[in-house]
Amino acid sequence: MKLLRDTSLIFQRQIQLLLRNPVWIFVGVFQPVMYLLLFAPLLKPALQVGSNAEAYEIFVPGLLVLLAIFGGLFQGFGLIAELRAGVIERSRVTPVSRLALLLGRSLRDVVSLIAQAVIITLLALIFDLRVFIGNLLLAYLMLALISLMTSALSYGVALVVKSEDALAPLMNTVAQPVLLLSGILLPLTYAPGWLQGIADWNPFSWAVDGTRALFRGDLGAPAVWQGLIIMAVLAAAAVGWAAREFARSVR
Amino acid sequence: MIETRGLRKSFMSRQGREKKTVEAVRGVDLDVAEGEIFGFLGPNGAGKTTTLRMLATLIEPDGGTATIAGADLRRDPGEVRRRIGYVAQGGSTWDDSTAREELVLQSRLYGASKASAQARAARVLEGFQLSEYADRKCKTYSGGQRRRVDIALGIIHEPKVVFLDEPTTGLDPQSRAHMWDEIRRLRAEGMTVFITTHYLDEADALCDRISIMDNGEIVASGTPASLKREISGDVVRVALAVDTIAAAAEALENYKIETYDDSVRLFVEDGATAIPQILRALDAAGVPLGAIELHRPSLDDVFLTKTGRSLRES
Repeated sequence: MKLLRDTSLIFQRQIQLLLRNPVWIFVGVFQPVMYLLLFAPLLKPALQVGSNAEAYEIFVPGLLVLLAIFGGLFQGFGLIAELRAGVIERSRVTPVSRLALLLGRSLRDVVSLIAQAVIITLLALIFDLRVFIGNLLLAYLMLALISLMTSALSYGVALVVKSEDALAPLMNTVAQPVLLLSGILLPLTYAPGWLQGIADWNPFSWAVDGTRALFRGDLGAPAVWQGLIIMAVLAAAAVGWAAREFARSVR
Repeated sequence: MIETRGLRKSFMSRQGREKKTVEAVRGVDLDVAEGEIFGFLGPNGAGKTTTLRMLATLIEPDGGTATIAGADLRRDPGEVRRRIGYVAQGGSTWDDSTAREELVLQSRLYGASKASAQARAARVLEGFQLSEYADRKCKTYSGGQRRRVDIALGIIHEPKVVFLDEPTTGLDPQSRAHMWDEIRRLRAEGMTVFITTHYLDEADALCDRISIMDNGEIVASGTPASLKREISGDVVRVALAVDTIAAAAEALENYKIETYDDSVRLFVEDGATAIPQILRALDAAGVPLGAIELHRPSLDDVFLTKTGRSLRES
């Protein structure tokens, strides 16, 4: 009960501050729209598929997972600003739940990601993308789990390193191989065997496969439940770890 | 209200490749009575903030015990949190929030309902004369206003004890005087106020009792007046040319003396009779002297006699 109440208090504040500065909506949507407009047209010939709709079925889920990963991983910067302003310390002297300090923030990140995802999905509809609503909602659940995990991870790392100078290269170093090995931009079915072998160890590659299956309308594909379970377990682990960092004494 | 015994904390510090243990606080015993303004005086790096952060449950002590407002720090930090307020040195407000939003949120984090949090915020804003700016963003406030919001955030839940870490550092003299009034007002409302400071005049004028801290240890405790009384007699300061300090020190070797770059300080029983003798001794040694002045011991002199260093230098 207390956890729910505290989480909603932190969440409300974070959302309020987010809405006060609506530039993020523009920034958050501008880049993916550029991908849709300027990169996606290359896909139909490159992927050798019959129609734009098919190309978008492959590309849009990858793009959304990409946004979830990157959006989450860079949330730690905001936390470092809050650490510096003393806001975190001020919260830590109150009896507020430490898990709520994390969850309230991560949930804001999830909500803003889903908002972005909805805008992009709607735009993709213009380009003849068609997804069954139930599948779409499951895909959003996948995105929510990814974003919860990456943002919690980013907060935890931010609390450990406490400086933007360390966080930026660290997150980039993590994000780059994750991105390349997940088949986000191009499906890994085109990859040589050894590369696919490595990619199997990248949990995000499972998430991408699952999300693609959902966009394809293939609800029964094993990648769907496998991806969801892997993401749920990793999200729980990341949240648990980051909440402990919030509780831990920092100098 | 606060009782600590043997409170200790050390940190691992990395210097290049070598790891070193730094003993930040080495066994602190404190007894703070209800309703007093208690001051922790000492130079930067003495361990004041570390002690305060331990008492505020922000870092865990390595050893020792503490009871704060009736709650045991080691066994029940959650209960300590409910009974204390803590205001950090570096501030605690977010640029894009307003003072009212910050206060309402803080009150709710302590468990107040929305309505009661709003009522409390309004009352505290009034008390700190912040009502006029309450709905402006924090980034528009002056240093003094922002500091008052910080303090207001620390006492929004009406704690029994409030810890203020260097509450006046960085404020202009007028805001500083204003802040002293606010702190006295908290005491008048029945709160026990625990501040840290490295300002001598602040410890002297504001605090009912002080502990002087140096190098992780408490070197003296008492009321400012009693501490100064411990140093019997007067202090005579003689201003001298730089190259004559050594000669002067030799000529005055029978006195309890501290030498500085441009002066010496002598601790004497009775200033009025000592001054002529000092003048004669310096004259006999052929040391030309500048100004000579007599004053009652200050807290700096207390610090000097306890640590061998001046607080102004460190």
